[in-house]
Amino acid sequence: MLKQVEGSVAIAESVALCRPEVICAYPITPQTHIVEALSRMVKDGRLHPCEYINVESEFAALSVAIGASACGARAYTATASQGILFMAEAVYNASGLGLPMVMTVGNRAIGAPINIWNDHTDSMALRDAGWIQLYAETNQEAADLHIQAFRLSEAISLPVMVCVDGFILTHAYERVDVPTQEQVDAYLPRYEPRQVLDPAEPVTIGAMVGPEAFMEVRYLAHHRQMEAIGLIPELAAEFHAVFGRDSGGLLHAYRTEDADTVVCALGSVNGTIKDVVDELRDDGVRIGSISLCSFRPFPMAALASAIGTAKRVVTIEKSLSIGIGGNLSHNLRMALQGRGGEVHTVIAGLGGRSITRESLRRVFREAIENRLEPLSFLDLDRGVVERQLERERQVRRSGPAAEAILRDIGAVAARPV
Amino acid sequence: MSGPAQVKFYQTGTFTIGNRLLDVSVRSVQADENRSNSLTSGHRACQGCGEALGARYALDTAMRATGNRIVVANATGCLEVFSTPYPESSWQMPWLHSLFGNAPAVATGMAAAMKVKGRTDVRVIAQGGDGGTVDIGFGCLSGMFERNDDVLYICYDNEAYMNTGVQRSSATPPAARTATTPAVGGEPGNVMHQGKNVPLIAMAHGIPYVATATVADLRDLEYKVDRAMGIHGARYLHVHVPCPLGWGSAPHDTVKVARLAVECGLFPVFEAVDGEVVGRRTIRRRVATDEYLKLQSRFRHLFSPKRDEERLAAIQAIADRNIARFGLLGEGVPA
Amino acid sequence: MNKPFAITLDVGSSLANKTGSWRTERPVYVDRLPPCNHACPAGENIQQWLYHAEEGNYEAAWREIMRNNPLPAVMGRACYHPCEGACNRAQLDRPVGIHAIERFLGDEAIRCGWKMPVEAPSSGKNVLVVGAGPSGLSCGYHLTLMGHQATIYEAGPMAGGMMRFGIPKYRLPRDILDAEIRRIEEMGVAIRLDTKVADLAETMRTHPFDAVFLAVGAHLAKRAYLPAGDASRILDAIGLLHNLETGEKPLLGRRVLVYGGGNTAMDAARTAKRLGAEETIVVYRRTRERMPAHDFEVQEAMEEGIMFKWLSTIKAESGGTFTVEKMRLDDKGKPQPTGAFETMEADSLILALGQDVDLSFLTRVEGLEIEDGVVKVGPDMMTGCRGVFAGGDMVPAERTITVAVGHGKKAARNIDAYLRGATYAPPPKHELAAFDKLNPWYYADASPTVQPILDRARRESTFEEVVSGLDESNALFEARRCLSCGNCFECDNCYGVCPDNAVIKLGRGNRFEFNYDYCKGCGLCVQECPCGAIRMEPEQI
Ligand SMILES: Cc1cc2nc3c(=O)[nH]c(=O)nc-3n(C[C@H](O)[C@H](O)[C@H](O)COP(=O)(O)OP(=O)(O)OC[C@H]3O[C@@H](n4cnc5c(N)ncnc54)[C@H](O)[C@@H]3O)c2cc1C
Ligand SMILES: Cc1ncc(C[n+]2csc(CCOP(=O)(O)OP(=O)(O)O)c2C)c(N)n1
Ligand code: SF4
Ligand code: SF4
Ligand SMILES: [Mg+2]
Repeated sequence: MLKQVEGSVAIAESVALCRPEVICAYPITPQTHIVEALSRMVKDGRLHPCEYINVESEFAALSVAIGASACGARAYTATASQGILFMAEAVYNASGLGLPMVMTVGNRAIGAPINIWNDHTDSMALRDAGWIQLYAETNQEAADLHIQAFRLSEAISLPVMVCVDGFILTHAYERVDVPTQEQVDAYLPRYEPRQVLDPAEPVTIGAMVGPEAFMEVRYLAHHRQMEAIGLIPELAAEFHAVFGRDSGGLLHAYRTEDADTVVCALGSVNGTIKDVVDELRDDGVRIGSISLCSFRPFPMAALASAIGTAKRVVTIEKSLSIGIGGNLSHNLRMALQGRGGEVHTVIAGLGGRSITRESLRRVFREAIENRLEPLSFLDLDRGVVERQLERERQVRRSGPAAEAILRDIGAVAARPV
Repeated sequence: MSGPAQVKFYQTGTFTIGNRLLDVSVRSVQADENRSNSLTSGHRACQGCGEALGARYALDTAMRATGNRIVVANATGCLEVFSTPYPESSWQMPWLHSLFGNAPAVATGMAAAMKVKGRTDVRVIAQGGDGGTVDIGFGCLSGMFERNDDVLYICYDNEAYMNTGVQRSSATPPAARTATTPAVGGEPGNVMHQGKNVPLIAMAHGIPYVATATVADLRDLEYKVDRAMGIHGARYLHVHVPCPLGWGSAPHDTVKVARLAVECGLFPVFEAVDGEVVGRRTIRRRVATDEYLKLQSRFRHLFSPKRDEERLAAIQAIADRNIARFGLLGEGVPA
Repeated sequence: MNKPFAITLDVGSSLANKTGSWRTERPVYVDRLPPCNHACPAGENIQQWLYHAEEGNYEAAWREIMRNNPLPAVMGRACYHPCEGACNRAQLDRPVGIHAIERFLGDEAIRCGWKMPVEAPSSGKNVLVVGAGPSGLSCGYHLTLMGHQATIYEAGPMAGGMMRFGIPKYRLPRDILDAEIRRIEEMGVAIRLDTKVADLAETMRTHPFDAVFLAVGAHLAKRAYLPAGDASRILDAIGLLHNLETGEKPLLGRRVLVYGGGNTAMDAARTAKRLGAEETIVVYRRTRERMPAHDFEVQEAMEEGIMFKWLSTIKAESGGTFTVEKMRLDDKGKPQPTGAFETMEADSLILALGQDVDLSFLTRVEGLEIEDGVVKVGPDMMTGCRGVFAGGDMVPAERTITVAVGHGKKAARNIDAYLRGATYAPPPKHELAAFDKLNPWYYADASPTVQPILDRARRESTFEEVVSGLDESNALFEARRCLSCGNCFECDNCYGVCPDNAVIKLGRGNRFEFNYDYCKGCGLCVQECPCGAIRMEPEQI
């Protein structure tokens, strides 16, 4: 059914259609609307049977999900930013134990300085934690990915993170086709756990494993994600068959067929990128873009074939791997191994800085004209940076940088000297 | 009513584990040839480990009380490490180890799963050491209490982080030597503090059942586990379990040391329902705290090279306060 | 379930890890010798029969007593119970009332008519026993159980020896004594009454017995030299008690003195009181602390109104006036005359100064040696004459029925070996279960069941039994006060306290076994065994 709804609500509704049995969450912007909506559905009985647990921290939230999943319940949680770091230990644990569950990450920057706006630093911080990571481009996809995520998670017994850009998607009102219960039921079978805590067939889960077997355990986790590379497109195809639309899969390639330049990005920014691609195509530029849906597992072959013979790849990345640059480009280079071609990393939109068509058009042009640095920062205010660096050079105790910068740009009143 | 039913039986009364002369119905779970041995042989706990003993006592009782329908969440610590090194497990029931600090929350998830699946016959137990409970897991524990989740949490208190090599926890008693409160300097050993009394904090949550127990009194322990399993909601059992390695006591003295802790008043054994103390195990043969401390090398610096009268008196004062506060002197026990 | 590799394990799989290899010491179950058993002159396995009694299995308990002692009902009353003096429970509260339980069991046996079957095939050997006191009866009983024919020659008209002619019936009712003697007779022990052996050598010559056991006791009353005006006022305790038993009621008068400080003096004094004396005074040359009589007998006598005159010796009598010299104790505790005299009026004086053995019938027995008025025997109870054994009051030992019964048993075993041409080797004694081997924490605090004491008035005037027995529930209670020193009583402590589940419970009555595959040798079981039935032993590596 087509609805004009907030992204969070669309996500909540499709999560609910997946019949989660245990939902546990701790509030953090911009995830709040999702869990609020779910709590209402549990409370008013629309979502039944389901236990909604108001936990005391994200660490507890994910731990509750671990316990629930180990007992064979379909478990769901959602978080963002500081929250995912607060649960970091449990993030690794859930995947290490091979426990299926789905977690929405309403992508948001990580402090300090504390910042509630969108970027991908949070989910990127946990990219190697053994979870599947899917990034949604639109609210429709965000809603749909959750349905696929449960299916995938339970099929391969690994937890799945669905990454949804904070505010840009979570708080945006758009038309979303919310599927029917029958459709979801047809697509998503009952959860049949691979291992379960059951007095009828007791097992010990979570053994201490030493050097004699740890490598193998880790390898097997990797192996399972590699298998997921095959499974993800299958599930997307099946999804298409049931729901009648394309959602998910490893990646979405846009006008890449004959492209010299391919832009690659995660999440909602792909919408803007596609607009710019269209504009440049209109100008006759051979450019295309790839919206990478599955970041973990990282679909190297699919990516390589989508990039095709392009001369260059530009990544638009909403997270900065401080000290080197981009995470996506770093990974992407693996896909291009042995085939040449430049990769430009463009760090963009950190802490919610808007990524405009103009700016994108400018960097794409620079790339095409071979004027783009390997690593660049979209719309970075050099003046602000220089002034602060100068201050620091002069005064050891130059005060908090963030405040000084805010003063510089006039966001707060200058302190009387 | 409070406390286990006293068996009027004059050879050993209620004090021994069982007795061939007792009717099977009044024998302890541990006396049963067919007890579950929830923590079975082959585990790698040290000789005379009180934690291994306490865990089997508690879980065997829970197994009996539920017809073997329990699932267990275990915090990281000695208990977890010595019981489940790959490829061998000593547990007999469904058991999960997740992390050091999240056992209460994992258990909440288990209980929620059981509830939603209509398997309320399966009961959930979480357990951990004092570190996993009163320190790193404390937030999760308090959350679990506050929500009144249907979980029995059992803390095996050996008064330090044993698994990592005997470092101080907030359950480490005053003056005790640990690897991070060494017996050097002007005030050797742990600070002279009141510690964090988690049973009392648990009571402050108003949860239906809180109790302390000890490996020195099996019947009391079994009674409490049994009682706890008969109640729904959050329950807390704090079991005192000597650690020969960490305490520097002889492995064969584990039960004796635990007994002296009770008899001197340093470890009050009581139970509380809905936040109110309803029963205490009174002292039977009172001893001075010195008698307890002397058996443990972690307190040696209080006795040699010379007696640290001031701190010994302070420790005795803690015991005296417990005795007064919990009314630990029964009839006929000299004050 | 297709379990994830390494992370998820099968339950109970640690059984593959045999932690027994950690051990440097191993616990072993032992049976230590309980102090009561150790102290029992009759060699009863008290702890073992209490074990049965604790279960309410009184017949098994009684049969366990009967392995060593054929007179439980008598012994439960008249034995001075040194077992209780040794009982470890005394260090907790009060000793277990062993004698009272024994008496209860003996009485139960009489009430229920329990018998001892003789299962051994007849050996065809004949043994002569001289004297039907406790020692002779015991020897005859044991010989019979071993398949030999025992024939007792008894000088007196009734069997029982000093049990009948010494111990007054208010302490040992005769129906009880009769019943236990009858049971022995019914097993096949032949008792020839009124058959005094006047010359043993002659008897042995005319009656070819394969062996002889002598148990004639000590019946000759010692007399003090006492210048007396009226000798009829002076009698001896043994004679008095004997006459009473045969129906003579001596006239003692209103005021009676008893001279002596042993148990016989107490019996004589209490008997005098029962015969109508208004005042009975025991005159003794030392103090109460130094009196050989057992404290409880003195206590009971005092309760009955018997008076005592300490530090006094009787020097002379004339017309009902007795001259008494005051004594004092020297530094060695010996009484010394002071030269200070006083007089006491009395209608009669009973001498209770001890007994000698009548050895006249032994004069012609070759090899038999006599020393200090008693017959010398070896550790096998054999006299210097081969095939002639002796025991009881006539050999050097404490003079009690329990010692006598023990001698009878021991002699029987040696006679049995002698008859087979072998020597008897007693089983090695176990290490003593001293109090420091116990963990007293586990024993419940319980006061002893005090045998209800008949009210004084009744006891003073009659010969009814003074101390009445335990009833069933009391006896059970009392038996369960036993700590089971040194011997497993299946309290399950070891089974419970082992952190490694290395104790296997074998089921009721079968105790436990160690599973050395897993025992790490921590020693907790040893420490927490209430009764000291486990010991650590170094591991042989
Ligand atoms: C008054 C009194 C009270 C006592 N109270 C107690 C008591 O409470 N508890 C206790 O443990 N002990 C008591 N004793 C001691 C105890 O009675 C004796 O130690 C015990 O009876 C000795 O047993 P026996 O078999 O050696 O001799 P006896 O019991 O003396 O038996 C010897 C038997 O041999 C017979 N006899 C003697 N000569 C011959 C012969 N030539 N031919 C055939 N038969 C012969 C006698 O007639 C007698 O029947 C008491 C003693 C007395 C005197
Ligand atoms: C988050 C985290 N911090 C620290 C540790 C290291 N660690 C493992 S067990 C342990 C001590 C356990 O102490 P306690 O809970 O008292 O149990 P014990 O070993 O004493 O039985 C510590 C500090 C860990 N595993 N995880
Ligand atoms: S260190 Fe202490 S708690 Fe840990 S296994 Fe050894 S005795 Fe038990
Ligand atoms: S307690 Fe029992 S076994 Fe121990 S000495 Fe006393 S009666 Fe004998
Ligand atoms: Mg600890």
